[in-house]
Formats: sequence, C-alpha cells, structure tokens
Amino acid sequence: MENMEYKLQIPISENEVRNLRIGDVVYLKGLVYTFRDMGHRRALELAEKDEKLPVELYRKAVFHCGPIMKKENGKWFCISAGPTTSSRLNYIEPVFIKKFRPSAIIGKGGMDKKTLDALEEVSCVYLAATGGTAVALAKRITDVKGVFWYDLGMPESLWVLEVKNFGPLIVAMDAHQGSIYDEVSKKVKINETKVRKKLASYL
Amino acid sequence: MITSKKIRDLVFELIYTAQTELPKDIEDAIRYALDRERNELARIQLKNIIHNIELARKERLPICQDTGVPTFFISGRIPCKNFERTILDAVKIATEKIPLRPNVVEPLERTNTGNNLGKRIPYIYYKYSDNEFKKDYTEITFMPKGAGCENMAILGMLPPVHGLEGLKEFVLDAVLKAGGKACPPMVLGLGIGGSAEIAVQLSKEALLRPINVRNEDEKYARIEKMLLESLNLLDLGPMGLGGDTTVLGVNIEYAHCHTATFPVSVSFQCWATRRAKARIYKDGYVEFIKVH
Repeated sequence: MENMEYKLQIPISENEVRNLRIGDVVYLKGLVYTFRDMGHRRALELAEKDEKLPVELYRKAVFHCGPIMKKENGKWFCISAGPTTSSRLNYIEPVFIKKFRPSAIIGKGGMDKKTLDALEEVSCVYLAATGGTAVALAKRITDVKGVFWYDLGMPESLWVLEVKNFGPLIVAMDAHQGSIYDEVSKKVKINETKVRKKLASYL
Repeated sequence: MITSKKIRDLVFELIYTAQTELPKDIEDAIRYALDRERNELARIQLKNIIHNIELARKERLPICQDTGVPTFFISGRIPCKNFERTILDAVKIATEKIPLRPNVVEPLERTNTGNNLGKRIPYIYYKYSDNEFKKDYTEITFMPKGAGCENMAILGMLPPVHGLEGLKEFVLDAVLKAGGKACPPMVLGLGIGGSAEIAVQLSKEALLRPINVRNEDEKYARIEKMLLESLNLLDLGPMGLGGDTTVLGVNIEYAHCHTATFPVSVSFQCWATRRAKARIYKDGYVEFIKVH
C-alpha cells in the first residue's frame, strides 16, 4: 500500500487517528506538550490525587522532548528541540495514555507491546521524529505558549509549544497493532543469520 | 604568557564549534548513505538529517537539543594557572551563551545544577607521559555525548579463548540490543583489552578518531572494515525504521591485557558525532585541528 502524507490539525480526532497506518508521514499544526520521565511521573501522581493537570491532553499531542530554551525580554524561545528516547517511558506510558487519552505520542526509537496495546485501546499513534534534527524541528515551533513544572529543570519541564508543519513525523506505531519496529525487527532477525555468516567468513 | 582568559575563550570556541558544526568525515558519510539508500522512509530521514546539519551550521545553533555532558581530553603541557577551573568556567559560559541544555543532575536526587557543572563533571581526561610533558603545546579535545547513545554503552569481560569470534558476537549482540535507540546511523567505538575501565575509556577514545582513518595496525583495521560491512547488512537503518545504513563507521583502540582476561567495550555514538580539537602553543599560538 502507498504511504500517505497528511497535514493534521491538533486536536486530532479519533477518526483521523484510526485512518493512519504505519509508514504514513505526518505534519502537525497546533499545540504540542513536552513530557519526559519526570513529567510523566508527576502527571500520574497528580491524577492519583484527583488533581487536574495544568494542560488538557485529550486528543492532543505529547512530545518526548527536553528542548533547549532561551528567555529573552521575559519571553521563552525554542533553540533546539528533537525527540528523546521513548523506550525509557515504556514502564509508565500505557497508564499515561489510558488516563489522558492523547491522539499522538511523538518520540524516537519506538515503544513496547504494552504501549502498542494502549495505542489501540484509546486510538492513538506513535509518531517517530528523526532523532537529532533539533534545529529543523525548532524552526517549526512558532510560539512557546508557556511552561509548567520548571522546578524539574529545563529538559524535564512541561513546555507548551505551538507548532506548524511540524515534521516529517513517521507513523511508526498505529492504532491497529501495526509497528514498524516489529516489522524491522523481524527482518533484522532474518538478516542476522546473513551477518553472522559474513562475519564468520573473515579470519 | 598564556592567560586563563585566552584558554577560556579557546575552550568556549571548541564547544561552540563542536555543538554547531558536524565534522566533515561524518557529514560525508551521511551524504554517502543517502546516495545508496533504497528505503523511502530512511531517505526521508537522511534528507532531514542533512537539512538539519546545514541549518545548524548556518545559524550556529546546537545540532541536537541533547548537547550532552561535556567531556574533555587533554594532552601535552599544562598551559595556564587554574587550568581546570578555566575549563569549567568556559562550560558555564557556553551553557548560558550558546546556549546548551543544562543536563547535569545529582544521580539520586535528579536535581539539575542548571549550568552543566557538578561533582567531578565535566570530566577531564589527561594523558600523562614523559613525551607529553616535553611537548611545547597543549592539545584540547572536546566531545559532548548525548544520553540516547550513551545509555547503550556496554562492557564485556569475555572468555579469553573466544577470541575474535567472541568479539564479533559481542558487538553484533550489542548493536541488535541498541536497535534504534542510539540514533542510527551511528558510529561504534570499540575498546579491546586493557582492563575493565581501560576498555571502556579506549572505546570512548576510539570515537575521537575520524571514521575515514583506519587503525594503524592492519589486523585491527581489517576488523573495523569487516564489522562495518557486515553490520550494514542488518537493515536496521536510520532511527531503527529500516534501511541500508545502520553504522557509519567502526573505530577500534586496543591495549594488551592480562592473560586471563579479554575485556571488550562498545561505545555507541549517534549520527551527531560531535567533536572539536585545538592546540595552543607555549607562545600562545592557537591551531584548530580539523578532526577528519
């Protein structure tokens, strides 16, 4: 099947999410929220105490990112903002997704089966940004709308970013149990034999 | 007379250069990877990476938001009074001015110091030897390392009898385990022999060598080439989403070791292999060394 390219406005509807398939390329417009290790933990701690988050995540986009920010004349600007390794959040993401029901998680490196199940359950996708392309992505952040939990330090804070043409993001895990990481890992498993043979052929 | 200020400015410039300009050997390898790439998703990402490299260089902005934990490698003479303090000052200023992301936290509390300084950090490696002390210059190499790839680092105390075969298996397993997490296409630094800590340090030092320069020892040069060619058959690809280039380069450094040990360490470096090097001579003359 042909890979599609989509420009999506956040919030992203459940229908739009279910329409996405692995391999599609997505560009986002709207508000994106950064959450890393400490942010995920704090969000769930608040939820446990029945307290509200400072932001509403329903059908929005969560970005695994600890950006470089600069404050000039009292206003924050984003200098550099690429994705961080998502697998560090495997242990907490399924609960996070089910609790706050976002439409998209943006990160890099992929996540585990439990997260894939959670994506299917709430209709959410995992979008892979290219790791390290932090200047290119920062250029697509049009405004820094605010910051919460700055006590966690700059990388771990919750940043509210307004983005336009934010991408290219690759649908790497979809809401139908599709995962490019699973497909690649099956291929790699087959190639492994080839590699072992080639390695053995060298003396 | 070399003043502390001169060293501070030099270290600042090294940090600035490393964070914003990717070395030519790495950029060339990424462009070559795009030329031969057949996977469409990999092509999109490699183009995006090249676009990002160009943008960062043009606007002098940090290539990646993870500006790493600053690490320095020093050889030659000690150039000025309070040398270490001066390096730390430069890191502090660079963090504020460039700016860099404050990454340094207390390991248990996880509290961020805000300026990239902390206990024993930035770590400064010194090369001491009779020869080094005789030199009329100081060589300063700066390498920031992001966490994504650093988290994949591995040390194995392998059975000595497994030899080269054991080494191949160990490296392949490490790459398979890292998957897309170390931001491929990546550079592998291998430290072989020495002892546990020497192997790890050598694997880091291996990353300082340009990837288009092979080990001086023909035997190790052959292993570098063999691993590079073989690992790229995996089809793991950029960011682990499939593709023809998983590894940009493999560099090995080795040391002799105890008859009963066979330490092997693999240090992973993401495609954003950032490094910068300069020499400052006794008379204050500064020479930036192109590390490619």
